[in-house]
Amino acid sequence: MLSAGPTPRIPLESWQFAITTEAGQQHHWSWLELLALPSQTPTVDLHCVTKWSKLSTSWRGVSLDVLLEEVETAADFALAHSYGGYTTNLPLEDLLDGQAWIVYEYDGAPLPPEHGGPARLLVPHLYLWKSAKWVRGIQLLLEDEPGFWETAGYHDYGDPWREQRYQGD
Amino acid sequence: MARTALPGRLTWRVATLSSLHDETATARSLVFDVPGWPGHLAGQHVDVRLTAEDGYSAQRSYSLASATDGDRVELTVQKVPDGEVSPYLGDVLKPGDQVELRGPVGGWFVWRPTDTAPVLLVAGGSGIVPLMAMIRARRAASSRVPFRLIYSARTPDDVLYAAELRRLEGGLDVSYVFTRAGGQRRRIGVADVNTHGWPADFQPDCFVCGPTGFVETVADILVALGHEPRKVKTERFGPTGG
Amino acid sequence: MTYVDGNALAGPLREIFAVDLTAASGQCVACGQTGPVAALRVYTSAPGLVARCPGCDEVVLRLVRGPSGAWLDLRGCVSLQIPL
Repeated sequence: MLSAGPTPRIPLESWQFAITTEAGQQHHWSWLELLALPSQTPTVDLHCVTKWSKLSTSWRGVSLDVLLEEVETAADFALAHSYGGYTTNLPLEDLLDGQAWIVYEYDGAPLPPEHGGPARLLVPHLYLWKSAKWVRGIQLLLEDEPGFWETAGYHDYGDPWREQRYQGD
Repeated sequence: MARTALPGRLTWRVATLSSLHDETATARSLVFDVPGWPGHLAGQHVDVRLTAEDGYSAQRSYSLASATDGDRVELTVQKVPDGEVSPYLGDVLKPGDQVELRGPVGGWFVWRPTDTAPVLLVAGGSGIVPLMAMIRARRAASSRVPFRLIYSARTPDDVLYAAELRRLEGGLDVSYVFTRAGGQRRRIGVADVNTHGWPADFQPDCFVCGPTGFVETVADILVALGHEPRKVKTERFGPTGG
Repeated sequence: MTYVDGNALAGPLREIFAVDLTAASGQCVACGQTGPVAALRVYTSAPGLVARCPGCDEVVLRLVRGPSGAWLDLRGCVSLQIPL
């Protein structure tokens, strides 16, 4: 479990997830609205940049395809924002086509705060720092904007199969 | 290819274990010989690096337990299976074996023999280690600065450096708080610090070392008793990479 | 997640700088609190070291050590006063 700061505790009544387009248009969901969306139960392998992997982890959450369905955008990039101030960037196409979820259950139980609950981004085909814990929104951007670790030496894309850990890898 | 060490910058040195002895059932002191050791201040620490034959390496930071003494460097490690480095140092390493070590580092949580203010040391568990270095540095320098140590340990059997601390030493007062003795559970409290520490008016230098919760409790008590926050120096120990 | 003191930055920073920076005093950009680097709250269970202000928890310093270099970000710090 990696964490760059204190664990945020977000009451579900005030929790909100928002997608903001490059035009400034905002789509948002309350906790109950998120739970009401059709969910999926992906079972995926996780790859951490500190060289461990965890295989066959099971989650429940909403595909980003569902959340982005009604969103009109010409953006190519996304910047995920978390409660507590963390950010991470990724190409928008890596959030589409069944590759990414906003998950709220792990192993059949509510996602605990230390694992990123109440909800986190899950993008299993990239290094785990891209799967922002305590996610509160995704900002859609025309230009790439590096996030928390990406501005401090970590790779912009972070493909574990190409071992893209640091800038220049 | 030989690389020349840049003056002042930190580089790894080879340290050879020269002797070891058990302090308690779970802690062991290791004395290393480190050729070219530049000397250190009490309270400073070192990083220890172990490298396996396949190149995998693990690293961890330890407080120095000894006063500066030529090429001799002493560490005290807990044998508890915490991470990768401590179990190796605590159970596997034999005299003559080598590890890599770099340091000394740290310039804040240190006591210098030229300091003149009274000193209060508050140790929680193995947080005694850098504070013991201060007591030893005081003795080595024949300093007359008055020291008080409040040492919180689970039971008398968990006290590190017990024999050395029992020896009477002019200007050093030692008191204990046992948190699990006689079937009782207790924690260090305001009364302990108030009774066995220095009045805030004396403007002592306070050094607090131990687990995070302990350090926070004691630092809060000291500030509540009127000690200036800048005179309360803390070292929380926690895992730093194995 | 728990943290350690800024003292834990001593080794990683002395790998880069010729003087100890943990005794240096800095001011937090976010809240203006001034204090020694040694008193920052350092989160080590992360892809790098993240040092936060004990007053407001904002990031003051980040240090990432890669195999062939280091990245140091001090943007959360107004300036450092370094005893020499």
